[in-house]
Amino acid sequence: MNQELGPIASILRHVVLLFGALIMLSPFIVMIVTSLKPQSEILSADFTLWPKTWYAVENYRAALTSTPLLLYMLNGVIVTVAIFVLQVLVALPAAYALAKLRFRFRGLMFGAVLLCLLIPMHATAIPVYVLLFKLGLLNTYASLILPFAISVFGIFLMRQFFLTVPDDIIDAARIDGMSEFGIVWRVMLPTAVPAVIAFGIFSVVAHWNDYFWPLIAVGDRNLFTPPLGIAYFKLDEAGTNYGPLMAAATIAITPLVIGFLLAQRRFIEGITFTGMKS
Amino acid sequence: MADQAYSRPAVRGGAGRGGLRWFDPVAAALAGPALILMLIFLIGPMVVVILLSLTDYQLGAASLSFVGLHNYAEMFGDRTFQKSLANTLIYVGVVVPCSVLLGLGAALLIEADRRMRGFYRAVYFLPVMATLIAMAIVWEFMLHPQFGVVNLTLEAIGIPGQSWLQNPSLVLFTLCGIGIWQSIGFNMVLFMAGLTAIPSDLYEAASVDGANRALDRFRLVTWPMLGPVTLFVIVITSIRSFQVFDTVQVITKGGPNKASEVLLHTMYTEGFSFFRTGYAAALTVIFLLFVLALSALKVFVLDKRTHYA
Repeated sequence: MNQELGPIASILRHVVLLFGALIMLSPFIVMIVTSLKPQSEILSADFTLWPKTWYAVENYRAALTSTPLLLYMLNGVIVTVAIFVLQVLVALPAAYALAKLRFRFRGLMFGAVLLCLLIPMHATAIPVYVLLFKLGLLNTYASLILPFAISVFGIFLMRQFFLTVPDDIIDAARIDGMSEFGIVWRVMLPTAVPAVIAFGIFSVVAHWNDYFWPLIAVGDRNLFTPPLGIAYFKLDEAGTNYGPLMAAATIAITPLVIGFLLAQRRFIEGITFTGMKS
Repeated sequence: MADQAYSRPAVRGGAGRGGLRWFDPVAAALAGPALILMLIFLIGPMVVVILLSLTDYQLGAASLSFVGLHNYAEMFGDRTFQKSLANTLIYVGVVVPCSVLLGLGAALLIEADRRMRGFYRAVYFLPVMATLIAMAIVWEFMLHPQFGVVNLTLEAIGIPGQSWLQNPSLVLFTLCGIGIWQSIGFNMVLFMAGLTAIPSDLYEAASVDGANRALDRFRLVTWPMLGPVTLFVIVITSIRSFQVFDTVQVITKGGPNKASEVLLHTMYTEGFSFFRTGYAAALTVIFLLFVLALSALKVFVLDKRTHYA
């Protein structure tokens, strides 16, 4: 489908796609524009794209000072990075064992991985909550991180990738005296970098944006992640102090949006590649 | 120097199944952590949630007793649950066809020509990336009856504004709209992956056979080749739509008067606001049955025909 369209078809294509683009972008436009306006202008009945009075500094200052928004962002980074690192540490050796070793319960274990792929996060929430409650771990970073340390999807994805790595490389490493863990990290990981990046993007996007689990697991504001922080900011301000609220929303989505704009192709590949997981 | 067995060519462990040791310390060290975490956080909880659904357990209570199917009986007689299940099915029934068709349309139109392709792709994909909670709050503001930009725009072109989130007969469909807005880009990139997988000589062959109009090419080549991808996208979007929660929790809390109550929100309220753990577990089991049925469809019917070797 790489041929160019004729002039009329081309114009029609742009008309339809630009109209759609306007709708897709409208919440982002409204969010940013509103974050630059004073309340009086926001509540007036005529919407202008260009603020009559610039109120950006005041709104963004309010967003950053009336709630510890930067702390929430830091929590978001801590939680998403810790989850991803643990997922890789747990999943890669398991994926290697499933792809390249023969051991007694390999079939059973792979069956369990496939079964677990079907389990949605929400279905395990109640028992995991009760477990963390009994262990006294609710309201800690651990409660935000530990339940996601295991990614059966990561195991599945990496196993598929490792299957394509030739056995000769592994044998050569063994003859050189490398341990099996050495093989995982020094031989398999370097061959799997694109797959790990795709998985990483999927993982970070999912956990940065997750609202359901943090809402359940933490009540202490010092542990809030950005989605929780925004939701409570709205509650605190009774949802009507729109300028700072939109400024806070803008700040919360900025890291991922910038990452996306810088590495569009990788992001889209990562989400498409991992799209089979819901 | 490595253990003798490791220097064996290709795979370790010797010939035949009988030659495998009961306990292999290397395999256990590599796969053990993953297996233990799977048991603690996935398989164990699945078993426990089913067992809990048969009890009257309340979080923090000292004891619990077995109540058989009482929770399920109560659930099916409860108006909130009936409304919640019906709303969830309506939500899925609206969001899935709309977002799949629009995603397909966007993918076809964007891929039809090179001009501005990257720009359109980025714009349509942006809602997939953006934190839904933040965007839900923006949508709530845009849908405000008096000064929301949606009503202001409609009134400017002569259409009366609506109370999108306050009117019980509109609110669910308004949330559907937000769900569609968020899912189009996701479906679009899945379709694009499907489109690029179509060999271009098929188009050449079709044009040799006289299929020169875009519509003919779509009917003869694109659509038959996209069929399996489309089924796949429908199932994935159905599963994702079943899990609708964020927009409901932050915008409507299921209101007004349960008009936008959905399964996960009912489960959340019962389990984590009222701490009726056993009852919430029963709700989870119902939710799970729907998702598993859809997942099973994906695994057993679709994956065989489409994806990974």
